[in-house]
Amino acid sequence: MIAELGHFALILAFVMALVQTTVPLIGAQKSNTVLMEIGKPSAIAQFFTILLAFCALTNAYITSDFSVVNVAENSHSLKPLLYKISGVWGNHEGSMVLWVLILALFGLMVAIYGKNLPPTLRARVLGIQGSIGVAFLAFIIITSNPFLRLDPAPLDGRDLNPLLQDPGLAFHPPMLYLGYVGFSITFSFAIAALIEGNIGPAWARWVRPWALLAWTSLTAGITLGSWWAYYELGWGGWWYWDPVENASFMPWLVGTAFLHSAIVVEKRDALRSWTILLAILAFTLSLMGTFLVRSGVLTSVHAFAVDPERGLFILAILGFFVGGAFILFAIRAPKMALGGFFQPISREGGLVMNNLLLSVATATVFLGTLYPLFLDAATGQKVSVGPPFFNATFIPIMIPLLLLMAIGPMLSWKQGDLASAMSRLWIAAICSGGLGILFWLLNSDKPFTPIIGFAIAGWLGGGALKELADRLLLFKIPFRNSLLRAKGLPKSAYGMTLAHLGIAIFVCGASADSAWRSEVVFNAKEKDQTQIAGFNLKLQKVDRLKGPNYETERAHILVTKDSKTVANLYPERRFYPVQQMLTTEATIYSTVMADLYATIGEGDKRNGWVLRIWYNPLIPWIWLGCLLMVLGGLISLTDRRLRIGAPEKRKGNYKTPKLGTEHG
Amino acid sequence: MAKTLFILPFFIFFGVIIYFAIPIVKKSDPKLLPSALVDKDVPQNKLPPLSKNKRGFDHEDLVGGETLVNFFSSWCGPCRVEHDLLMKISKEKTVRLFGINYKDQTQAAINWLNQLGDPFERIVADKDGRAAIDWGVYGVPETYLIDKQGKVRYRHVGPLTERILEEKLMPIIQLLRNNKDD
Repeated sequence: MIAELGHFALILAFVMALVQTTVPLIGAQKSNTVLMEIGKPSAIAQFFTILLAFCALTNAYITSDFSVVNVAENSHSLKPLLYKISGVWGNHEGSMVLWVLILALFGLMVAIYGKNLPPTLRARVLGIQGSIGVAFLAFIIITSNPFLRLDPAPLDGRDLNPLLQDPGLAFHPPMLYLGYVGFSITFSFAIAALIEGNIGPAWARWVRPWALLAWTSLTAGITLGSWWAYYELGWGGWWYWDPVENASFMPWLVGTAFLHSAIVVEKRDALRSWTILLAILAFTLSLMGTFLVRSGVLTSVHAFAVDPERGLFILAILGFFVGGAFILFAIRAPKMALGGFFQPISREGGLVMNNLLLSVATATVFLGTLYPLFLDAATGQKVSVGPPFFNATFIPIMIPLLLLMAIGPMLSWKQGDLASAMSRLWIAAICSGGLGILFWLLNSDKPFTPIIGFAIAGWLGGGALKELADRLLLFKIPFRNSLLRAKGLPKSAYGMTLAHLGIAIFVCGASADSAWRSEVVFNAKEKDQTQIAGFNLKLQKVDRLKGPNYETERAHILVTKDSKTVANLYPERRFYPVQQMLTTEATIYSTVMADLYATIGEGDKRNGWVLRIWYNPLIPWIWLGCLLMVLGGLISLTDRRLRIGAPEKRKGNYKTPKLGTEHG
Repeated sequence: MAKTLFILPFFIFFGVIIYFAIPIVKKSDPKLLPSALVDKDVPQNKLPPLSKNKRGFDHEDLVGGETLVNFFSSWCGPCRVEHDLLMKISKEKTVRLFGINYKDQTQAAINWLNQLGDPFERIVADKDGRAAIDWGVYGVPETYLIDKQGKVRYRHVGPLTERILEEKLMPIIQLLRNNKDD
């Protein structure tokens, strides 16, 4: 009964989305306030009907209602509650419901918090957002109904893929979707601006918080996914250039470019059409991310749905929205007069370089991911592109970008002075050399290449801190006055510094891990020992245990250094009988400087077990760097200047909003 | 001129969409990636053995018995996933297993096999990936089932799983073994 209610709610949501699409758009065209106002209640109704459907599906999972096909195929009564819930989006149908739920959530937020937007713009944004909802709700109802019944109902379910039964992955898709779908709002803003034929600093300020929210969530989502791959897959690495990873990385790169080019539109009213193009591209790549994963066009470790009919449907949606957006772009963008002029060496110039490099990087990843597919379609030849391709092409593009990241913020708007910017960066040069030499001294016996990464990271980190210090006039005026300046500084300035510092720390981690990782594999019987990176590891014993829905072999490894106990590691090898699947549960001993990572392989008491131990230097820095980026995004979101049209309720009267009256 | 530039994104996108659609329309199940070589002779490449103390093979060695030919690399994550299964196949002698080491450094590949075990009866190295192009390799790991006439019968893209082995490969192998005079 509840499942049918969910199905009905989905159809109702589809109708609401239709209303939300048509009425406000017509109203905006005819300047009819009454029609435009319909956008708000319909967006709210669409969200709550989808929420109802989502709750109905979740209920079916929690109560293990195996008369629902989706539950029977993806759940099991013995599964822990957390994974029953995460099982809702661990499959194609459920994940699509989550997708539209988040889509409608963004519509809801614009409806509620967008009071300060001009009414026509708000109506159009809501209309476009609603139309995306129409398409995907139709997709769900026609091709992927999660509420289909099964008769007779099986006694128990087929269980969720054990690899997906993990806390990291439980929260990874919602975060990732928040990012993917977040770019739908920037897309809607871009299309609305194209329809109105009007884009300027005010538009950039309105769209910025949404772009930030999407970018921050996507960063968090990708990080969680990478972290999951790191400790759950048990291969010791954290990024594999797998098509699914690339699919989420490409919108991130374009979204990053968009965040930066929107600054130029806001401050200098230049780069308008380019910024619009980026907004369209970011959402296109987000949709392709959904599409690549779901259609099975690209096979990959974590792809979970294969159905050409669905692939074609999503392709049609993609063709309609993006094709339509690009046609609109071709008609309207040339008429958007060029904005302010600037010299090549200026803040704008730096941001243009940033955009160029990020775009080229995106193109590289795009080609590397899709080239095999293209070549197959064109010539029938099949080739494969592995990590060597990405390492050889992506990294050289990143190096100038990272070097530029320290210089750009030092340049002034319109016309900058490179010599004076460089002279302010003396401290960055010292940091660069210092960090490089320090790590070279610490690791003189190891390959040299990561040192370049450390030098770059030092340059970038030093530059980011110096930029903040200069803003505060630190050491130039009394410290107390600097503190006062620190209080008055916009939050977005701190956000930038944190995010750039995060990149620097991330680069350290990635460089060290790429070349200094070491690994031992040994066949150990109980009480056998091995050494890695100065640690002594002893296999104490291996136990056979039983978990809620699996059986496991758990090893106990005692880690000592200079005969002092450092840690106890318990790697497991689990067998999930329902899915007949083995998983490796790695254990990780993390310190600031490195991870000790252990997995246990096949074996028995007589012949011993295969143990694999990795020593992964500076891996925690990768997560720390990403965390700082997310934090930077969150802090920027609280910036006072962003409150116009942002998800932030305004206190006091509602009558005042007029364009451009509130400057930070 | 400047105006035509603005329509460019549309055309690029249009091209991408067409390319996406082709494989979906062409094939009923895209994950199957049927090999162009199915029911044809295997390509005739002369590849060197991976190392001196391993035995190599060429197309003539494939005649005479059913064989799985597995493309793998030490840099390929999913190859690790299927390795346990390959070891099992070799231990239980389910079917003859040959390996082609794809675009790999010889020493890295040898270390890999020393550490994880070497399931391959014979193994050759395809250093520049030339042979892989002739075979139509889409991405490692990839596995081909060859019948005893040396013709390709089935191709699997991605890591081999217990399920694929039981439900896809074994039935074909059984069929091939039963049709002795095919």
